[in-house]
Amino acid sequence: MSRLRRAAPASLAAVLLVTMPWWLGAVGGYTELATRIVVLGLAAMALNFLLGFTGVLSFGHAAYFGLGGYGAAMALKYLAPSDALAVAVGVAAGTVAAALIGALIVKLRGVYFAMVTIAFGQVFYFITFRWDSVTGGDDGLTGWSRLPLRLGPLALDVQHRDLAFYYFVLALFGIAAAVMGAVLRSPFGRTLLAIRENERRARFLGIPVERHLWLSFVISGGFASLAGALFALLNNFIDPRALRWDQSGNFVIMAVLGGMRSFWGPLVGAGIFVVLQDFVSSRTENWMSFVGLFFVLVVLFFPRGVLGVLRRRASA
Amino acid sequence: MAQLVFFNVFNGLIVGAFYALMALGLSLILNLSGVINFAHGGFLAIAAYLAYTLIPHVGFWGGLLLAPPLTAALGLLIERFLIRRLYRRDPLYGLLLTFGLAYVFEDATRYLWGAQSLPYPIPASLTTPISSTYFFLTGYRVFMVFLVAAAVGALFLVLKRTRLGIRIRAGTHDLETVSVLGTNVRILRNLNFGLGIYLAGLAGVLAAGMLGLEPTIGSSLIMPSFVAIIVGGLGSLPGTLLGGLLIGVASGVTTVFFPSATEAVMYVMMGAVLLVRPHGLLGEPGRAQ
Repeated sequence: MSRLRRAAPASLAAVLLVTMPWWLGAVGGYTELATRIVVLGLAAMALNFLLGFTGVLSFGHAAYFGLGGYGAAMALKYLAPSDALAVAVGVAAGTVAAALIGALIVKLRGVYFAMVTIAFGQVFYFITFRWDSVTGGDDGLTGWSRLPLRLGPLALDVQHRDLAFYYFVLALFGIAAAVMGAVLRSPFGRTLLAIRENERRARFLGIPVERHLWLSFVISGGFASLAGALFALLNNFIDPRALRWDQSGNFVIMAVLGGMRSFWGPLVGAGIFVVLQDFVSSRTENWMSFVGLFFVLVVLFFPRGVLGVLRRRASA
Repeated sequence: MAQLVFFNVFNGLIVGAFYALMALGLSLILNLSGVINFAHGGFLAIAAYLAYTLIPHVGFWGGLLLAPPLTAALGLLIERFLIRRLYRRDPLYGLLLTFGLAYVFEDATRYLWGAQSLPYPIPASLTTPISSTYFFLTGYRVFMVFLVAAAVGALFLVLKRTRLGIRIRAGTHDLETVSVLGTNVRILRNLNFGLGIYLAGLAGVLAAGMLGLEPTIGSSLIMPSFVAIIVGGLGSLPGTLLGGLLIGVASGVTTVFFPSATEAVMYVMMGAVLLVRPHGLLGEPGRAQ
């Protein structure tokens, strides 16, 4: 029974995601929008690994997301014409940065932890903004694009066929989600939950809390950078806005909106957020006000998120 | 060369004074209410634009005098009706709410006053250089340094001597006891928030005269203020002041030798401080944990 209950949400998510290009198209969306939902959903789920399951508030995850994007873009532009290499370089760049910064901040807690992550998030923004000979500066990095995938005799033209690219992204998303889920179910993942619930008690049990927090930060940053690399490939473009503070805030609101105590919540949140942003920004110049008001309303009236509310209904 | 360095140290000191003024307000709110006020930069921008609108009617000095308290009044309302609801909840929600407000404020200033940068009028008596060797020492800059110093002095005096200040300081250590001893903590937090916003407003009006008016003026000043708080030490207002001035001077000097690292140097400093003293230069060790 418990196995079934665990498998049900994952199967539902799988069915919805595999069929998304069709049903999203039927309600007025397009394939690229579906891809964006999956990519940003992965970033929000990666953040939620830290936020919802370790209980640590990072408000600077755009840094690792953006570094993943720049890593991928620069690998394609300067290194070699290979999507796989690009993703690998992006993930490596973001993960290394998360490992270094994580080591500096694991001793901090609560709001202070949040503040330091915000501040550190900006470092990479300024670096990409200023170092324009390499990063393209404010205009972004152009002059490259994703390429068809080749695996021996098999070829998948993800460059020109949006649908093929969607399934490429979805495959990587599936692997990432499976790994995150497995980590959370492992003894290590349970220890993270224990730290979230009662850090002092976990410490008394002899758990090296700082090391666990650091590892969780690195894992979370690593998956965020995977999302960032895919984001760059999706747009064939990357600019410093991908790693600015407002992007970090967007990830947090996606996680909260969907429900940060549930595994799939951030994906739901990303879906709502991306569709809403797409809708509002195509109709008004003042989309910032709408997004801002949306933040305020979610915090005041919907803090548990979609899945949090649904689950409460189900158990009541 | 020496003059160039001197110029940039002085300039860094001025910019650092802005950071400090803004960071002090952020620190006050953070210490007493546990909320990171992401909208602080938005309040700063509103004060600056408000002063710009008031100046044709009341003059430069009138704008300087009126805009910060008007912005503080807006702050009191926002605290009363929005932020107060979040004190008992996870700090995440305060951060998200003020983050949303920052969006709304920036967009509102853009909507009301336009996206282009506006020139901020300064009286002629303040624009003339004081000496021809140190041409960059305009009256306005010197005046700004004095005004910031006076404001910081007044703030510390208020915190040290007045009833309100003493209660704010006591509240940052143990709010529950302060409440039990008969202080209305709701009002205390409200006034403290207003005080913090007043400082942001003052910084905004002064910054507008030096940097010009743009809707993004607030969001470009808020990040260094976070760094100032972290470098100076969590929970310590003198630390925040020191942190602001330090990163201001550091980025000023870096501008001379390695201009593209002007911003990055602040974060390098922050990393170094966190490595050696995780609680900051003057912070209390237990507070950040």
